Amino acid sequence: MIAFVIYKFIVCVIVFGLSLAVAAYSTWWERKLSALLQDRVGPNRAGPFGLLQPLADGGKMFFKEEIIPNVSNRFLFVLGPSLFMLTALMTGSVIPWGKSFTTDSGSTYSFQITDINIGVLYLFGVVSIGVYGIMIGGWASNNKYALLGAIRASSQMISYEVAMGISVIALIITSGGTLSLSEIVEQQDAGVANIVWQPLGFLIFFICALAETNRAPFDLPECESELVGGYHTEYSSMKLGLFLFAEYINMFISSAIMAAFYFGGYNFPWAHEFYQWIGLHDGSVWISIIGFGAFFTKICIFISVFMWVRWTLPRFRYDQLMHLGWKILLPLSLLNLAITVVVEYFRGNIHF
Amino acid sequence: MQLTNRSKVVSNKVQSGMESMYLPAILKGMMITASHIFKRRPTIRYPEQTRKLSAVYRGLHVLKRDEKGAERCTACGLCALACPAEAITMENAERQKGEESLYREEKYAKVYEINMLRCIFCGLCEEACPKEAIFLTDRIVDTEYEREDFIYGKDKLVEKIDKRIDVSKRQTLEVAEFKKIPGIKHNAVWEGNRIDRKIN
Repeated sequence: MIAFVIYKFIVCVIVFGLSLAVAAYSTWWERKLSALLQDRVGPNRAGPFGLLQPLADGGKMFFKEEIIPNVSNRFLFVLGPSLFMLTALMTGSVIPWGKSFTTDSGSTYSFQITDINIGVLYLFGVVSIGVYGIMIGGWASNNKYALLGAIRASSQMISYEVAMGISVIALIITSGGTLSLSEIVEQQDAGVANIVWQPLGFLIFFICALAETNRAPFDLPECESELVGGYHTEYSSMKLGLFLFAEYINMFISSAIMAAFYFGGYNFPWAHEFYQWIGLHDGSVWISIIGFGAFFTKICIFISVFMWVRWTLPRFRYDQLMHLGWKILLPLSLLNLAITVVVEYFRGNIHF
Repeated sequence: MQLTNRSKVVSNKVQSGMESMYLPAILKGMMITASHIFKRRPTIRYPEQTRKLSAVYRGLHVLKRDEKGAERCTACGLCALACPAEAITMENAERQKGEESLYREEKYAKVYEINMLRCIFCGLCEEACPKEAIFLTDRIVDTEYEREDFIYGKDKLVEKIDKRIDVSKRQTLEVAEFKKIPGIKHNAVWEGNRIDRKIN
């Protein structure tokens, strides 16, 4: 029992640290990649290639003056960023980071904090709570711009969650009706990655993920050219840091979810042949580690694509955003669901 | 009624099916941004790399000494007169006995100040100087925190005896000849080696 608690605690700390580290270095990579795409150099003063830039940025955030507006609701003002950060970090708990391995004594350890059988449902529940952080923060600021940003954020998230949810239902049908993330990933180990059966679903999911994480071209909640700073206009110091940081964690987690749902998670093509070739037997810890490496590579690629999209596309207008969400993505996802049902019926995965 | 032919007909054409899907256009745009990753950076990383300045770049001034190390400036005030920004002030003094090695002629500048915040680095002081005393160089004026620190006195302007500043690029024979011609300065034009008065 004690050993189990310690092992889960270690996994929690690793996932927590990993989320924070990846988020920190995402800010660095965001600036570096934007510089590369715009013929600039990017951060290159703090450490080699500017690698210490996230530390400098974080330190700067800590030393900034903490301003809480007099007219704001103090409790909710602090609660907003905390809730946003909390939900961002909570989502990482159901993601299977690697294959489980067996020690010589016969006990099995998985690279996952908890393998609940409603993992997908949990994910969507927690992600939906995330918008409360923005909404509460924006409302408690008692500022027109912040409130407008918060309203935009909530309406945008609600609109895109519909299409996202339906595209995920199609995915669940494809992977045999399981809501457990580890089973969805294992399913792709046996067969092919879900992207083969769900190309349209992936596209919808990807666009919705951009909208859910408030990334460009869907960054209306914080569009600085219209709303000063959007929902975090009144925030300063590390509370602003939490908002910005949580956004990057959200990006990391969405990339992880996309990699797990559609691109086989910790599996990669000819994985079994590869493991046999280098002489690893099933249940070895090295298989878990190599699998985690593959998963992490996919995540990094997705994060880069997120950024690549941001530095290519201009922001949507609000009516265009709603048009895309309700009139294009929602019918498309329904169509995708219908097609999936028909295809899966003929593949023999659905029985009436 | 159409008054001019400058009006333009605005194209309001309906998007074709492919265009309204946007995705091909988005991918095309993403390819364009990605292609910039492989382009050469035009950035000059300043403290380590510096832009190559022209030999006749007009930067920080220098007050020259002659071959024996005596100050050339006689505080005639022509530079201050020529200065369009009124950045130059000076006070003169008479050379005392025994100071012949310090000042070349009987009169010298006791105080010589250039306000670098006023100076526009036009180089008219250099042109006006009859004694070949003031030159602009390819050095950059340092940044300071206080306005007062931008008023450069003789301590910063006069070249050090052991650290002479090379102005041979701008003090060429042609320039020297050009300066000898009375009455014409910057309104002259070069035509080969011949200097003509510009006829207004």
